[in-house]
This record gives sequence, C-alpha cells and structure tokens, in this order.
Amino acid sequence: MNQPHSYSSTVTERPEGWNRPAPIESRGERELLEVAMGPHHPSTHGVFRMDLALDGERVVRLKPEFGYLHRNHEKIAEGISYLASMPYTDRLDYTCSMTNNWAYALAVEKLTGQEVPERAEYLRVILGELTRVQNHLSAIGFLIQDMGASGTPLMYAFRQREKILDLFEGLTGARMMVNYMRFGGCRVDASPAWLDEARKVVAGLPAFVDEFEALLRSNEILMARTQGVGVLRPELAVNAGVTGPMLRASGVNYDIRKVDHYGIYDRFNFRVPLGDHGDVYDRFMIRLLEARESIKILEAALKDIPVGPVIDPKAKIRGLRPKPGEAYGRIEAPKGELGFYLISDGGPNPYRYRVRPPSLINLTILEDMCLGHDVADVVLIFGSVDIVLGEVDR
Amino acid sequence: MLGEGILKGLAETARNFFGSYFSAERLTTVEYPEQRIAPFEAARVFPFLVYDGADWQAGLRCVSCQICEKECPPKCIYIEKSKDKKPDALGKPQFYPARFEIDISVCMSCQICVEVCPFESIKMNTEFELSTSDRFGGLLLDREKLARSNQYYHQIHPTEAAAVDARLAADKARADAKAVSAAAAAVAKAASAAAATAGEGA
Repeated sequence: MNQPHSYSSTVTERPEGWNRPAPIESRGERELLEVAMGPHHPSTHGVFRMDLALDGERVVRLKPEFGYLHRNHEKIAEGISYLASMPYTDRLDYTCSMTNNWAYALAVEKLTGQEVPERAEYLRVILGELTRVQNHLSAIGFLIQDMGASGTPLMYAFRQREKILDLFEGLTGARMMVNYMRFGGCRVDASPAWLDEARKVVAGLPAFVDEFEALLRSNEILMARTQGVGVLRPELAVNAGVTGPMLRASGVNYDIRKVDHYGIYDRFNFRVPLGDHGDVYDRFMIRLLEARESIKILEAALKDIPVGPVIDPKAKIRGLRPKPGEAYGRIEAPKGELGFYLISDGGPNPYRYRVRPPSLINLTILEDMCLGHDVADVVLIFGSVDIVLGEVDR
Repeated sequence: MLGEGILKGLAETARNFFGSYFSAERLTTVEYPEQRIAPFEAARVFPFLVYDGADWQAGLRCVSCQICEKECPPKCIYIEKSKDKKPDALGKPQFYPARFEIDISVCMSCQICVEVCPFESIKMNTEFELSTSDRFGGLLLDREKLARSNQYYHQIHPTEAAAVDARLAADKARADAKAVSAAAAAVAKAASAAAATAGEGA
C-alpha cells in the first residue's frame, strides 16, 4: 500500500553566516588577501595573470598563470613546410621578429648543413643588433611606465624605435612581422641607400641613449623604487636557467654571442656588461649598457659590410626536405637564449619543432623575486623581467 | 643634493618639449588623415594579381599552378583551375584560374605566395585603408577585385617591377629564339626528308 510522501515541517538548522563566502585562507592570526592581477591589467604586458596572496601589503605567495595567448605554434609548425613556419616565428616575440627569424634559420641551417654568404651574415648582425637596441630601449620605457611615469620615457623610446622600425620596413616591407631571413641567407638585399639610412640612424643612437640616461639614471624616485628590489641571486638564476640581461644583471658572465660564436660575432669587439646586485636597477642599467655595446657592433658592421650575394644560390626555398636528424640552433635574443630544436624524419615538415623561449623561462622565478615585497613592487619586478606574452604562451 | 636627478630629467623633458617646435628630429608624428607619409617601396599589405594589357581577364599572368595555394601558411588562397586553356604571354596554351579568391581577413601579409610564384603573377599591394562594413563578403577578394594592371605594379614598386619586366622579357626572348630555331630545325628536317624521298624516288 502506497504511503503518501511525508514532508518535514521543520526548517533545517544552518550555521551562522552560511550564505556568506567561505573565509579566505588565513595564516596565523592575520588574514591573507587574495588578489587576482590581470589578465587585463595595464602592467601585465599583454594577457598574463598573477594570483597574489597578500599579508597587508607584503606578498606571501605569487602564482603566475599564463596560456591566454596560446596559439599552438609548435604543433602548427609540425604540420606545415619549413618555409611556412618562418612567418609564424615573427609572432613569437613580436617586438624582436628579426632575432626569431635568425634563430629559426640557424636551426634549419644546422639541420641541412647550409652555408650563409658573408654579406647575409653581416646583414643578420646589423638587423639583430638593431632589434636589440630597440627592444632594450622600449623595455626600459615600459619598466618606467610600470613605475608610474606615464608616457614620457616610453614615448621617447618609441620615437627612436620608430626610426629603427622604419629601417625594417624599408628593407623587408613590414615594421614588425618582417619574415626576412631564409635558410642560407636573407630574402632581399639591402640597397646602398638603405645602408646609408641605417648609418644615419645608428649615428643618432648614442646621443639618444645619453639623453635617455640623463632623463632617468640619477632620478631619485627611480633609485628609491628600484635599488634593492627584486634581488635575484646568481645561484638561483643559474639553476632556474635564466638567460639574457636578467642573468647578466645578477653578475653571471654568460652571453651566447661570446660563448657560441654563432654567425660572425667573433669579428666584433664588444664587452658584456655585468651587474653587481641583481636588482631591478641593475637590470635597467644592464639594458642601457648593452644598447651601447650593440651600437658599437652596429658601427663596425656597417663599416665593413662586404658586397656579394645575400643568399646561397643553391639554397632551396620551397620543398625543403632535410635529411633525417636533429639540430638545435640558439642565439642571444634581446630577452635571452632563444633556441629552436628541430627533428627531421626526411619529410617536408619537421617531425618535432620546439621553441626554447627566453621569456617563459625568465618568468619562472617571478615568485622568488617578489616574495616579501609590496604589491607595487611586483609590477616593477615583473616589468624588469621584460617578457612578451606571444613568446611565453606560443 | 636630493632632487638633482629629477631636475636633470625635467630639463631633458623641457628640451624635448620646446625642441619639438623647431626640430623635426623631436617631432616625428603627422596629423594622419590630412597629412600622409608615402608608403615605402618595399611595403606589403595584401596580395594582388598582375595582368598585362588592357583586359584583366585576357591578360592575367596566373596559370593556376596552385603553388601559392599550397605554400600559403594560413591557407587563405582558394583557386579553381579552368577546364580549357588560353595562350599566355609566351604563346603557350595554359590553364587560367576560373576562381581565385583570397580571404584577407585570414591573410597575414607574409608574402610567401609572392616568393614562390614562378610566373611573377602575384605581388603585394600597398593599399592599407581597407576597412569595410561587410565582414565576410567585403574581405573575400575575388579575381576581379584582385586583378591590377602591370602599370599599377610599376607605380607602387618601381624597382622591383622593372626587374620583373626585364626577367620576363628575357624569358620571352629565349622562348622566341627557341621557337625560331625549332621552326628552322623543322624546316631543315622537312627539307632533308624531302631530299631523302626524292633520292629514293630517283
């Protein structure tokens, strides 16, 4: 016999405050405040998110979250021809597409054993160093922008960067997405008029760097905000695989241009500036000093650039099928060691294509640098890493 | 003295601010819609198809070999080969594209199509003010919208176009010479064959 459903008439007892959010994680007696910074925060250089746990103003935990700009770069490259990946490498670190092209071309040249004509090597050095100068200047501009100096230094840096980008556009046809280097050389030759223009721009660079340094270096606010902030110890930097200006600011003498002698860098006389403290100020100064060294290389390279072909006449542009094997080509990109690892199975597209992005690996120690500092310093430390999300997320 | 560095920086800012009234070095921007900077000769935006002569349908250089379609990294080119053949500039019967479409909302202006084209038929345009209210049809360019005359090509990329014309003229001269020698050889062959038959007859 069916019984009618019985309904309880009593109201369930619920604890006090059951409809309020659960209490946030607490440490000891003080409550921690969790802050989600980004992905649309002006200081995050793109789409990057940090989960911060704050004890008052101090950072006690930082969790970087990235992947918002993931475009499947490596997998796409494994499905298309070697040549067709070249324009996609422009989009990795989109402020330094010349060095991305160079690293990829170097990896494929190692795989196929191609030689690069001398004029093309000189052009690569010139364009690579121009890229480094413009990247370092705008990186400093962005760092100061993150500090709160809205506009002025960044716009000065961009004014100079625009002249370098005009050079790129005059040569390759595009300001940023250059798609210029090829396996065994470069796509088009530089005209004498272009080289004259480049000499003029390079001649104007030292005066600009002086001006930029006078604007910023002895500024008391900048010194108070950056000195002793975000110290990265050399042991940690080496263990974490940090490269580029970040590593050298911590006092580790490691520059792939000096270590690997790729291209023709052993023909140029330049120094590797090193920092003493590994703080944000050192990273800022290292970038300025590196820009000066790059100008020295540029002057020498523009003086002795030889005439000749810019691409190996036997180089195969279309339908490249390297012999089975593997190769790792790495260069000193403005942000650190940029490497491309390729495995060929003899087919028209790589079997494995891997990018070693400097931005991502330099970012892994963000928490170690930020612990114990204020929230306002996190923005600054993050800015001093100099990342581009296109390369971090790929 | 505290504040000296800030004052130094401010002096730099003042020099740039007042300098921008006198020196072009310090004032690099232009008032865009009214003032324009001419694009660089090497500038590239989106591809177009070159045709010779006055009629775009008759003079299209493209023979629809579909290399650009295959090599295009984002695959934004769509080509349909014709069923019949038309004589090209060298007088050889060739296919022509019955359909040739480029989706410029997908194109990333890498100019790999230009590099791989063996017929000097696809080139990069320098037009950049391409905004449209039609998001699909307006950005899908067909043959008619893509076709531009060789004169236009000369106008936007003079150096490159002159080199291309020289190369094409050399190819044509070589083809003509080959045709002449082939004709002469055919005549000679016919004559010798005639002589042989005449000899046999005698």
